Amino acid sequence: MTASTVDHPTRRDFLFVATGAAAAVGGVAALWPFVSQMNPDASTIAAGAPIEVDLAPVAEGQDIKVFWRGKPIYISHRTKKQVEEVRQVPLSNLPDPASDQSRTKDGHEQWLVVIGICTHLGCIPIAHEGNYDGFFCPCHGSQYDASGRVRQGPAPLNLPVPPYQFVSDSKIQIG
Amino acid sequence: MSGPSNYQPSHPAAKWLERRLPIIGLVHSSFVAYPTPRNLNYWWTFGAILSLMLGVQIITGVILAMHYTPNADLAFRSVELLVRDVNYGWLLRNMHACGASMFFVAVYIHMLRGLYYGSYKEPREVLWILGVIIYLLMMATGFLGYVLPWGQMSFWGATVITNLFSAIPYVGESIVTLLWGGYSVGNPTLNRFFSLHYLLPFLIAGVVVLHVWALHVAGQNNPAGVEPKTEKDMVPFTPYATIKDAFGISCFLLFYSLFIFYMPNYLGDADNYIPANPGVTPAHIVPEWYYLPFYAILRSIPNKLAGVIGMFSAIIVLVFLPWLDSAKTRSSKYRPLAKQFFWMFVVVCIGLGYLGAQPPEGIYVIAGRVLTVCYFAYFLVVLPLLARIETPRPLPNSIADDVLAKYGKKAVSAVVALFVAATLFAGSASNARAEGQEVPPSQKWSFAGPFGKFDRGSMQRGLKVYKEVCSNCHALSYVAFRNLADPGGPGYSVAQATAFASDYKVKDGPNDQGEMFERPGRPADYFPSPFPNEQAARAANGGAAPPDLSLITKARSYERGFPWFIIDFVSQFQEQGPNYVNALLQGYEDNPPAGVTIPDGSYYNKYFPGHAIKMPKPLSDGQVTFDDGAPATVAQYAHDVATFLMWTAEPHMEDRKRLGSQVFGFLIIFAGLMYFTKKKVWADAH
Repeated sequence: MTASTVDHPTRRDFLFVATGAAAAVGGVAALWPFVSQMNPDASTIAAGAPIEVDLAPVAEGQDIKVFWRGKPIYISHRTKKQVEEVRQVPLSNLPDPASDQSRTKDGHEQWLVVIGICTHLGCIPIAHEGNYDGFFCPCHGSQYDASGRVRQGPAPLNLPVPPYQFVSDSKIQIG
Repeated sequence: MSGPSNYQPSHPAAKWLERRLPIIGLVHSSFVAYPTPRNLNYWWTFGAILSLMLGVQIITGVILAMHYTPNADLAFRSVELLVRDVNYGWLLRNMHACGASMFFVAVYIHMLRGLYYGSYKEPREVLWILGVIIYLLMMATGFLGYVLPWGQMSFWGATVITNLFSAIPYVGESIVTLLWGGYSVGNPTLNRFFSLHYLLPFLIAGVVVLHVWALHVAGQNNPAGVEPKTEKDMVPFTPYATIKDAFGISCFLLFYSLFIFYMPNYLGDADNYIPANPGVTPAHIVPEWYYLPFYAILRSIPNKLAGVIGMFSAIIVLVFLPWLDSAKTRSSKYRPLAKQFFWMFVVVCIGLGYLGAQPPEGIYVIAGRVLTVCYFAYFLVVLPLLARIETPRPLPNSIADDVLAKYGKKAVSAVVALFVAATLFAGSASNARAEGQEVPPSQKWSFAGPFGKFDRGSMQRGLKVYKEVCSNCHALSYVAFRNLADPGGPGYSVAQATAFASDYKVKDGPNDQGEMFERPGRPADYFPSPFPNEQAARAANGGAAPPDLSLITKARSYERGFPWFIIDFVSQFQEQGPNYVNALLQGYEDNPPAGVTIPDGSYYNKYFPGHAIKMPKPLSDGQVTFDDGAPATVAQYAHDVATFLMWTAEPHMEDRKRLGSQVFGFLIIFAGLMYFTKKKVWADAH
């Protein structure tokens, strides 16, 4: 044993290293399909295509909940009073400062579109509840205002705004 | 043999653990320091190969279960959709389905090796019996798993196998009802089979631990069949056996990959791509190839109870083998007569396997009976007798002497012989057809062979033919509009697929008023079916429901006969489905040949089984016009629509072949490296 090691140390080592490396590369490559299969499949991705929502039936002061990619989306037709209130709040008072203008579309400021999932631990906040005329999460008491911004409680961030645009004055496309 | 471990941990953490749980020492003494006979040949690597296959089956199985729905209404579709939509779903399914066959290939070689070298003899009886238990559990697991896709063969396999228990006197019927959880095979049966199919592999793993334990107590047998005497007879498990096993595994993976990537359906049955139908039994029902010898024994015995007893006895007799063969000499190498009878026995088993796949009539039945007698005679007459009359050749003094005496040359020819035999055997599993049937002529397909790709133009024309003609009666319910833009598909852009979808009206709802409504199709929608339900399809088509075409090219096949299934294995011919579809569409004849009467409302077709088809001649020249200048002939339509339907049945074929070539490239290099590494490591031992 020692004789051959002394005779061709480099050639032997190279062979062992190359074989070991090939085994490692092959092993890691073989793992990939087993991990990748956990990702959403093609039908789930296709079902997550953008949806259109007709806003015409939603009266002022009313909220509707629609589902996009399995997530509840709150669409609120805010009253003038609500809009004025949320726009007067100084940003320095907010845990996660963001202006209402940045969270709504110009010319459509009465419409608030947010993903209705509490940024604390994923419960669904209740609309028109709480101290800020916005959303109240029953799980751990987080409160959001009528712009969906966190005002109180353990939630660290504002309710996220999903990607959407107005197709017409009374119709939006989410996604 | 494995004795107390001489492992001395050096790292303080290892010392700490070793005092509390000597697990590193256990692994060290079992798989590192463990002495293994130095004359083991490559047949001994199948133990390691089997461990690997068990692992592969458990891992891929657990993953498939994440995407599978064990419900009689949803199971078939969930399997199809996991193959189509889940990332690498096709790969995982092929690995698992072909893996079952590979597991059995390996276990049969492993068992025959034990039989040839007398590995069941004292002191390894318990080791052998544990092996038989593993084999029985494997058969049960394989059967339960085959039921899960809920195709025609799944359903009828489940029906036939569970009915075996009805042969038991007095309580048979009650036992069958108990197994089914109903009055027939149905949803409760599928649910419990799924549960048990998930359970049994872990039981196998448990018995494997006992098997390996027993092995490490008794020590490995070896080709000379003499017990090791001195240190010189042995080499440590690591690196010697480890590296040899690893080389054996890398070669086996090449063989396994051939099936996964290039002929995933070669060992399966086309009928299992037809969803389970409790009202129609497939014309020729055969089990998977690994059960065929036992199935042949079952059918050879003309009495129900006796047939079932015969079939189970064929396996149970193995338990008694250590006592049936009382010869002192273990290895058949030194038993001139036993060696010849062993090979005869192998031929008998392969013969039984071949007969198991043939229709139970005429000469096949007689041959089956002869071979059944031979099978049992080997265990019950030949082996006990040989032990008394045979004069064995002198044994080598020790394993070291055996190593010095020769270098095996026969191994290569044995491997070749076994490979040919296995091919013959596997090929025999392909389903037979009624006699006197015209065989569809083989066409040239762009997608044939290991590097074949779909012809995009042909697929686009085929889609047009489907849309304008076939779709009036035939659904395509596993294909979504989005698939038209998939890579490896007909080559449309996403925008084109979206536009194509919007031409269709799709039923959706309920809306806010609770009503169903129609809307234009979206890419995520599946091709809508022409009929709302099977009854409507039947009523509109003279009693025969037009089959869904998504899988038709994989669900139809025909017997190619001897010796084609061997040539097909080598040439990778697997285009029976498209050949059949192509031939059927052109097989109409206005006037049936003399002596053939076709009932009213049916039409004569040369290639349709039984010739009387309910579908009128669907295509005629000039019916569909192509934009690309391809001729508007029935032959062209048939070719194009068959190409398109091959893609709908196997949308990831191009992915499969591409990944296959990469895997093969890697494995060939890796096996080469393993070979030289093994030679280097063993250079010191020889």
